Formats: sequence, structure tokens, C-alpha cells
Amino acid sequence: MTSRSGTVAEPVEASEPGAHGYRRPLTRADHVAMPNAQVMTYRQALNDTLRQEMIRDDKVFLIGEEIGVFEGSYKITAGLLAEFGPERVRDTPIAEEGFTGAAIGAAMLGYRPVVEIMTINFTLKAIDQIVNHAAKIHSMFGGQSSVPLVLRTPGGGGQQLAATHSQNLEVWYAHIPGLKVVAPSSPADAKALLLAAIRDNDPVIFLENLALYNTKGPVPDGDEAAEIGRAAVVRAGTDVTIVSYSRGVLTALEVAERFEAEGVSIEVVDLRSLRPLDRRSICASVMRTGRAVVFEDDWLTYGIGAELSATIAEGAFDYLDAPVRRVAAAEVPLPYAKPLELAAMPDADDLARAVRELLQDTRFRK
Amino acid sequence: MPSSAPVTSAEVNQVAGHRHEESAETLIGFYREMALIRAFELRASEMYARARIGGYCHLNLGEEATVVGLMDALQPSDYLFTTYRDHGYALARGMEPGKVMAELFGKTTGVSRGRGGSMHMFDAERRMLGGYGIVGGQIPPAVGAALAISMDGPAGAETEAVMCLMGDGTTNIGSFHESLNLAGVWNLPIVFVIINNRLGMGTPVEAASAEPELYKRGSAYRIPGVRVDGNDVIEVRDAALAALEQARIERRPALIEAMSYRLRGHSVVDPARYRSVDDTAEAKAQDPVPAFRERLIEAGHLDAQAATAIDQEVDLVVDDAVKFAEDSPDPSPDELFDNAYATDVANAPRSLPGERLVVS
Repeated sequence: MTSRSGTVAEPVEASEPGAHGYRRPLTRADHVAMPNAQVMTYRQALNDTLRQEMIRDDKVFLIGEEIGVFEGSYKITAGLLAEFGPERVRDTPIAEEGFTGAAIGAAMLGYRPVVEIMTINFTLKAIDQIVNHAAKIHSMFGGQSSVPLVLRTPGGGGQQLAATHSQNLEVWYAHIPGLKVVAPSSPADAKALLLAAIRDNDPVIFLENLALYNTKGPVPDGDEAAEIGRAAVVRAGTDVTIVSYSRGVLTALEVAERFEAEGVSIEVVDLRSLRPLDRRSICASVMRTGRAVVFEDDWLTYGIGAELSATIAEGAFDYLDAPVRRVAAAEVPLPYAKPLELAAMPDADDLARAVRELLQDTRFRK
Repeated sequence: MPSSAPVTSAEVNQVAGHRHEESAETLIGFYREMALIRAFELRASEMYARARIGGYCHLNLGEEATVVGLMDALQPSDYLFTTYRDHGYALARGMEPGKVMAELFGKTTGVSRGRGGSMHMFDAERRMLGGYGIVGGQIPPAVGAALAISMDGPAGAETEAVMCLMGDGTTNIGSFHESLNLAGVWNLPIVFVIINNRLGMGTPVEAASAEPELYKRGSAYRIPGVRVDGNDVIEVRDAALAALEQARIERRPALIEAMSYRLRGHSVVDPARYRSVDDTAEAKAQDPVPAFRERLIEAGHLDAQAATAIDQEVDLVVDDAVKFAEDSPDPSPDELFDNAYATDVANAPRSLPGERLVVS
């Protein structure tokens, strides 16, 4: 695929393989070529998909704090209690360990619970059930049982919620064999990956992001699920690869657009799946561009970007013109005050600066 | 029944109408099971000392009457979640002794295919949904199994129920309280059983629990509790039957505390030096296996010769179990990634330590 103007890769049909033999997430430009898509928010895509799956399979039920009467802290489950009743949209006490574990037990008996934990920060209350139980039961009991459970939870800072409510802890789960971890960046992927997660027989951590809920994009009708474990090139380019996921993909696309005007062609790889990690796609992109920047909302040390950098070093070292650059959050508990919060969180300017330095370091010329 | 007042199992049994006259055959069957668990655990200890068994290994020695009483009360359709001290429960739930021993030996023929070991016995067919190594880890999933049953259909005498076992130390952990609360507010068909062996590893119950009468700990959740003599197989069984009936018919959780002293250390390697001579003597004096044997002989159900025949028979069963385990194949490293996931997934990691990552 060659570098081209605009913000997106060449439009392709949703069912057709993308540049690397699998489907990439849809972007706004795809809508033109897709009469069977509607533009909607990420939030609406999640809500519609939950409804669709609950209609399709009566073993699917929702469980979490304030998801029914209150309709969800972020209104992802709005209207579902009225439609499906309190058994299938089950409000819980404030007891993350208890209800996450209860979802595991129900999953062992054949149900397909979709757990909502209000933010990823509160998943720490349930981490024993997630890591020591959901992730282990299938393997440790010799394949006799499985845990078809989805745990939806938003991460992300930037809302002045201070240190305990602004974290990006996905790497904790992405580290754990037995879990699958997905992180959609677009409304279309929110749908396609949620369909995949609900239909999967393993526990899937489904990472959302507070800053994405109101973003809009085309979402195809129908019920085609994404394939977990596959990254996608969401913007083709020839000069620099930016690898990111979730909210970071939008920032990467914005930065790519800035550089387009200068004649620098940036390729953006959206991980979509943090575990399994699609190392091949990451390295294939870097082999094409020779330059790599990884962009993550979490902290630098031991973060997602550390694994990406190591992957590129192992898989595409000979193609690199310079060391991989990492752009991540400053390593402090995120402060409340806006100027400090902004300083700590990685943004488009930080990413653009790293890209520019990388271009300079490698004596890039148009 | 008031949930916070001490209630004896006899009272419960009167209320629920369970006071069975046991046939000699049933009682002898109980003895046989208790004797099998005793023989199996003594052999497991020996095999551990011979390094045939690895890891942690917690034995049910002294707990046999509780094990057999609880398991006899369950229907085959009921679900069981246990602690890591689970060999006896696996046997009494009907798992083949050879496959339980093979699990301890880490063989492919083990009940969890050698993936779990001592603490993680599992048998989907017999609805033994796992021994759990993390203290308190089993309670939320057990509640979830009961939630699934309640979503499957209405209450009734023929419906399924869940039994969830735990030790005395577990009643201090958060998941215990969260889970009892959920079972209470959602009216779930689950029986929580606390096996109170008076020591959490080396810590006495009184030093660990502000309410050491553990059957009372359900009262905060309006879950009625009873304390039973864990050395009395019939008393345990009757309390469990009553609690299970309440769970099935009323969809109300119940709590049983079975007092059952450990005969040995916390695990095979624990010499239990923290126990006094008197304490150890008392545990030995209360040993349920010889006591039940004597009881059956005194009642005329067994003579000494018949009892000895049972003891010898179970020894042979254990001999065969060891032989089966020893003769079973070790898993091959080629199987390392089997069952990594229930649904195959693209790019699942399959590299061994030190192998070059294949990325192109």
C-alpha cells in the first residue's frame, strides 16, 4: 500500500481483507462506500451491540454496578433494563470481587455474562477473580470448563478525576496468559470486537476509554465480528510507523494528518488486540517505513510501549534507521489540577515532537 | 429460625424432618468411604515424601466424617466448589482414586489432566467444579453457579443447588462477605460450609475472627447458620440435607459450620510445632475414623473381622490407584499450549523460553 493523501487508508469492503490479509477497522471515509452503515457514537455502537447480542442469545446477560436503573455511569446500558428486565440487566451491590466472580461461576454453567466495571481503576477490587480464576479455569482444570465472560471497563484520564480514577492499567491484564484483551478505537470496532468478545469462549477484557464514548464513525449493520488477535493498519504511510491503541489511535491519526501537509507519510497501526499481540503486523509496518514511534496512554516503565519496542527490536531491527521512540504518560499519580494533568498526559504535540525528532535523527528528506 | 442464635443440627433436623434411621448397609458404606479417604491420604503423604507428588499437598486427615457426610447429602445434579484440601471430596464425589492419584502425580490421566495438582481437582461430569488454591477464591464463582441455577428456572424440590466449602480462615476475607451478601440479596440456592479445623495454618480461630462462633457470621446477611460436630458423619449429613432442601425449595442460602479438627499439620510438610501436646492428643482422641469403626462394631453392624476386611479392601484400592498413577504417562512438552484458550485465537503466543520470536 502506498502513501496517499487524506486521513485514511484506501476504502475497502468490510468483509474484504485489508493490507495484511485481514479486515481493518472502518473509518469515516468508508462510510461513503458503505450504504449499510450508520454514523453513530462509540457509546451508541456499544449499546446497540449489547442489545443485538441479548436478542440473539438468551444466555447473554449484563451484570454490574448501576447498569440497570441508573442506566450505567456512562450510559452504555441505557434502555436495556426496560427492554430485558432485571434478571438480564442485573444491578449489583458495590462488590466488584463478588459480582465479577459470580459472573465467572455463571459462565462456567453456560451463561455469557457481560460484566461492567465502572472504570478500570475499580477492576483492582476484582483482580483476584480476573487473574487467579477467570484466566486460569480453562487451562488449570484440563480444558473441562471455560469462562465465556466479557469484562467491559473504561480507562483513561483527562477528566480531572485525579490519581485513583484516571489510570490506564490494561497492561496488567495484557500480561496474563488465559485472558484476551481488546481495545477498540472506533465505533465500528467497538461493535465488531464486542461481538467477537461475547461470542468467544474465553474471558475477554474489553477496554473502553472515557474520551472515546462521544466519538463518531460509521458502523455497519449486520453482525460481522472482528477477529481477536489482529492489528490493523488504519492509515497507510511510507516514512514513519506509529503504533497505538484505543484513544491513542485518534491522536496518532491527527498527528499523521499534520505531517501529511509537510509531505511526511505516516502509517498508523491500531493494535485492537493487546493480548494476543499481532507482532507480525507491527513489524511488517516498521519494515516498510524504517522508523517507529509507539504511543500509549499508560506509564512508560514496563508499559505496553515497552513490549512494542522490544517486539520491533527483535523483529525489525535491521530495518530500523533509529531506535524506537516511546511516547507515554509521565510517571506520576495523575494530578487533579488541569495544567498538571495536561502536562502528565501524552498528547498530539508530544507525539508530533517525537516524530519530528525521529525524522531529524534519521536525516529524513522528502 | 433466628439467624444469630446458636442452633443445633438436631433442632434443624427436627424442623426439616430429617432424622433418618440408617440401614447397616448405609453406615458401612460411610465407613468404607471414610476408610478409603484415610488410606488415600496416608499414602499421598508417603508419596509426597518419596517426591512422587510436588507442590503443596493438604490432606483431609481428621476431616473424613465431614467429607463423607457432606458428599452424601448432595444429589448428582448439584454443584460442588471446594478449597484446596480437596482429595477426599473428589473421592467421595465419585472420582476414580487412580485418576485423583494421577493428578497428584501430575500425569495426563489425572482428573485435571495433570494441569492442576493437589489443590485443583475438577470433574465436569460429577459437577465438582474445582478445588481452589486461593483462599476465598471459590466463593464468588460458587455464588455465580447458584445465580445460573436461579436464572434457569423456578425453585423446587428437584432443582439443583450449590455447595461451597471453605475453611475457618476464609471467613475473614472480603470475598466471603461480598458473596454471602450477594447470595442473600439475590435469594440463591447455595449452602456455604465452613470446615472449622480451629487453625488457619497456625493461627487459632480466636486470634483471627472477632466472631469465633463462625456459624453466626451469616447473620449480617440473614443467612441462618448451624454448627455441627464434624466428627459425626450423620449429623453433618443431616444438616447438609436440611440446608440443601432450604436452598432448593425456598431459594435461600444457608450456612453450616462443621467442627473438625485437623490430625496433622496444615500441609504435608508442616510438622505443626505450634500445637501443644494436649492439643494433638485431643485431636487424636477425636479422630472420627476409628471412632466410627468402634460405633459400628458396638451397634452390631460390623464385627472386627469385617471392619478389618474393609480396611484391607481400601488399601488395595489405594495400591491400584498408585499403580495406575505410576504407570500413566507424563505429559509431553508438546502439549504445553493445549487448552491455552477455549476458542482458538490469531497470534496466540506459543514460543518456549529463549526461542527467537517469529514475527515475519
